[in-house]
Amino acid sequence: MWLFLLTEVMFFGGLFTAYLLMRNWYYPAFVEASHQLNIGWGTANTAVLITSSFTMAMGVYSAEMRRRGALVLFLVLTFILGLAFLGIKTIEYHEKWEKYHIPGIRYSTSAFTNPQSDPEVYKEYHDKPLPPDMASRTEMYFFLYFAMTGMHALHMIIGIGILGFMIYKAKNDAYTTGHVTFVENFGLYWHFVDIIWIFLFPLLYLISRY
Amino acid sequence: MSETKANIDHTHKHGDEPEHDHEHHIVSPMVYLSIVLALLFFTGITVWVSYIDLGQMRLFDTGFTLYWNPVVALAIACTKMTLVVLFFMHVKYSTKLTKLTVLSGFFIFLALIGMTLSDYVSRAWGRW
Repeated sequence: MWLFLLTEVMFFGGLFTAYLLMRNWYYPAFVEASHQLNIGWGTANTAVLITSSFTMAMGVYSAEMRRRGALVLFLVLTFILGLAFLGIKTIEYHEKWEKYHIPGIRYSTSAFTNPQSDPEVYKEYHDKPLPPDMASRTEMYFFLYFAMTGMHALHMIIGIGILGFMIYKAKNDAYTTGHVTFVENFGLYWHFVDIIWIFLFPLLYLISRY
Repeated sequence: MSETKANIDHTHKHGDEPEHDHEHHIVSPMVYLSIVLALLFFTGITVWVSYIDLGQMRLFDTGFTLYWNPVVALAIACTKMTLVVLFFMHVKYSTKLTKLTVLSGFFIFLALIGMTLSDYVSRAWGRW
């Protein structure tokens, strides 16, 4: 399982490196584009995901202690928290759609060439207008935003699917008779996805305030 | 591994397991609880710090400027990751082989990023 996770580190690592280089390259565009993200939603999602990691860890513990009821309960809680994370992500994606911030499909740079056209963000950050060529680079920020959070969300969706399968199996005592390996390995996967978000959150939401 | 063997493995408490590779440390819920509280605490800290301007530092005459906000945010993220890896992912209680696997993974990852960045910063962009 760890070897699989290491390949995942390399996979997400490529995205993180791309973000790092592009952010240095098109710094003003990346700063203003990230001002479009809502720190409140991001913080809420971080809390949700960290709590889901805790319930998953407790699920592994319940399997080790052979408590079927507790195992099912913690798996269901993890399942629900995973769905809550995706729900909040959907709200955020929907906002991007409404504001024409979907790169390649529905995109407008007007919020960056004329920041005052977006009063909510403007009153918080007072961004200066970007020249058109730099403003067009904000699309690269949103491309990486969707690539990274989208890949992360895909991992969540796969994880939630496996959780559903595990809840069904756990009810039939599949993991509470000494065979904890599957639950344990899934736990590793779920915590890994949590770690990815622990880095995505500051990089995408927080570091561009100053 | 037979059913009985597995049973023996999982009922052993830490410290009295026999000499074999299948020792299985069960982490107590209190550890998990304190870790999740620490993680939520660090999340609050990192959001709070992001609202404070920590300033910047010129890196001598290299032409690079170091901004402190991202540095602090990433340091907190690394701390959180370490907590998750050590306790939620049980690496602290795992075999040397697992520890070595995890460490070498991070090492390779950092080496790859480091080499990419050293190439990036040492090029005369647009001037060749």
